Amino acid sequence: MKKRVFLSASVLALAAVSSSAAMAADTFKIGLILPMTGQQASTGRQIEAAAKLYMAQHGSTVAGKKIELIVKDDTSVPDVTKRLAQELVVNDKVNVLAGFGITPSALATAPIATQSKTPMIVMAAATSIITNASPYIVRTSFTIPQAAVSMADWATGKGGIKKVVTLVSDYGPGIDAEKFFKERLTLNGGTVVDALRVPLRNPDFAPFLQKVRDDKPDALFVFVPSGAGAAVMKQFLERGMDKAGIKLIGTGDITDDDQLNDMGDGAIGVVTAHHYSAYHQSAANKKFVEAFKKANKGMRPNFMAVGGYDGMRVIYEALKASKGQGGGDGLLAAMKGQTFESPRGPMFIDAQTRDVVHNIYLRKVEKVGGELQNVEFDVIKDVKDPGKAK
Amino acid sequence: MLTILFDGIAYGMLLFILAVGLSVTMGLMNFINLAHGAFAMVGGYITVLLMQRYDVPFLLCLPVAFLGVALLGAVLERTLYRPMYSKPHLDQVLFSIGLTFMAVAAMDYFMTSSQQIIQLPEWLKGRTEIGQGHWMLGMGHYRLFIIAICAALTVGLQYILARTRFGSRLRASVDDQRVAAGLGINVNVVFLLTFAVGSGLAGLGGALGAEVLGMDPSFPLKNMIYFLIVVAVGGTSSITGPLLAALLLGIADVAGKYFIPGFGAFIVYFLMIVILIWRPQGLFVRKGGKA
Repeated sequence: MKKRVFLSASVLALAAVSSSAAMAADTFKIGLILPMTGQQASTGRQIEAAAKLYMAQHGSTVAGKKIELIVKDDTSVPDVTKRLAQELVVNDKVNVLAGFGITPSALATAPIATQSKTPMIVMAAATSIITNASPYIVRTSFTIPQAAVSMADWATGKGGIKKVVTLVSDYGPGIDAEKFFKERLTLNGGTVVDALRVPLRNPDFAPFLQKVRDDKPDALFVFVPSGAGAAVMKQFLERGMDKAGIKLIGTGDITDDDQLNDMGDGAIGVVTAHHYSAYHQSAANKKFVEAFKKANKGMRPNFMAVGGYDGMRVIYEALKASKGQGGGDGLLAAMKGQTFESPRGPMFIDAQTRDVVHNIYLRKVEKVGGELQNVEFDVIKDVKDPGKAK
Repeated sequence: MLTILFDGIAYGMLLFILAVGLSVTMGLMNFINLAHGAFAMVGGYITVLLMQRYDVPFLLCLPVAFLGVALLGAVLERTLYRPMYSKPHLDQVLFSIGLTFMAVAAMDYFMTSSQQIIQLPEWLKGRTEIGQGHWMLGMGHYRLFIIAICAALTVGLQYILARTRFGSRLRASVDDQRVAAGLGINVNVVFLLTFAVGSGLAGLGGALGAEVLGMDPSFPLKNMIYFLIVVAVGGTSSITGPLLAALLLGIADVAGKYFIPGFGAFIVYFLMIVILIWRPQGLFVRKGGKA
């Protein structure tokens, strides 16, 4: 009797062990590290919502594996991002790392991706250098030079703008934007009269804008973190700069869809270059926006959300193609060169640089049906990251 | 040129409203309240909420922000701050900075961390320009409005402190609590009122500053250093000291950013270092007053 109990107990234990082993083999874990609190929390909210939406739409079983999404909050502190990535790789044994709200977070995590041969999908951070940091990084967001250079091309071409003052926040992405915009504008025969850098911590733009006004350029190119964009715009108007004949241009960060509708009518007429507008006219985008709003109490998806959504798609398709075989390297190979129709328009993952290639649209803020929208009026096709050309 | 001066004055005035409450609690009550910025933030958020959700006119929001935060200040003074008065300064600093972090996290949780945007009424949005060329003076109406409110407040506060019965009671309580109490002054009530008014002013400053400085949960941390500079430079024993210090800093900050943008963010600190080396007690300290 005792023997039998022991026997059945051990059988049970064995069964438990083997079933948990089977479970581990049958699940596919995605470690999503995002800033869910702190200054960048809107990035985290958008991406998480988009990732969950993708899973809801496309099912949670792919190639016979159950997809498990583990969301971690790094509060935009690079050290924390790195620690969380380590825990996810070592303890949770995730198959893919994803997310990354800001550049330093992505850079801090890159060595972990390389050492553990885990593909790392960058869904938000946008400085050019990120994909150089590890051969396992794939980016589905955008790069700042893509937007800045496109803006410069449009400004000197159809925009008829010659003299520009740049105003950027004094941090990595801002300096990236300033550098690439200036290079391209000068190359096209325009001049940057003055390059102003605003400290991140001090948000009164008055003195800088007054300086711009006295410089009397054709246009003011702005790159500031989303949120501060609204403040720039208001003070721009308050100072009567539109009446002084100065145009406000920038990358799409300043007319972030997440906040655009609260910015007020002052934003109307601002021209920006970016890869995604919630108002992009395509069937895929209409479907995406509608589903996103429905799942998130009417919140409008922004360019962060689309980066997260497409990132999930890249992971899903890679898993399908590699049938779950070949580990991290197999997945990575299946991610390179993916071409598809995203809500933003056509995009593909460049096999060499693992960076996103997509159309950059020129948009103007207009009021459509009572809401402010980035209305696209021109497009530059298949823009590769200009930062990789050298 | 004049426009820069004007913007600087407006910015300085705003700093003054934000910091004057701190100067009062620090100088008059000898309590270091680093949570001052948190009170300002609450004022800002009251305005944002009222305007965004309930369409309350901006002008009505300002007194509500003042009263709401003053009430909050009074409640906290009664419950949390009073036991801290007799504690060493280090305890006070740790306590109030902890309170700040709690406020930041709470705002983050309830209001999300994104920048809050308010829409000013039309009549405050405009701008008036006088003169030509270098001497052109462009005045944003909102900044003009800030200056007007500030000037009125300064006169009012100075009058209350120097000329009224309450002012003399307050000064008496500060100079020597025991003797003041012995003379029949209810020291607790005096301190409670003072603290409430100081907090309320911070709230008003936050409400006015939401448009210029932006409003997000990191507001207290972002701006704390500016408040402290105003108080350190201006001294804590009068109203005029912080006022002049705030104006000086505001003008220096704006002008610095205009003329030497690359160095702009540092001007204020540079000025503070120079002033404090020159006069470690602050610029405007009364002889024989409490430092």
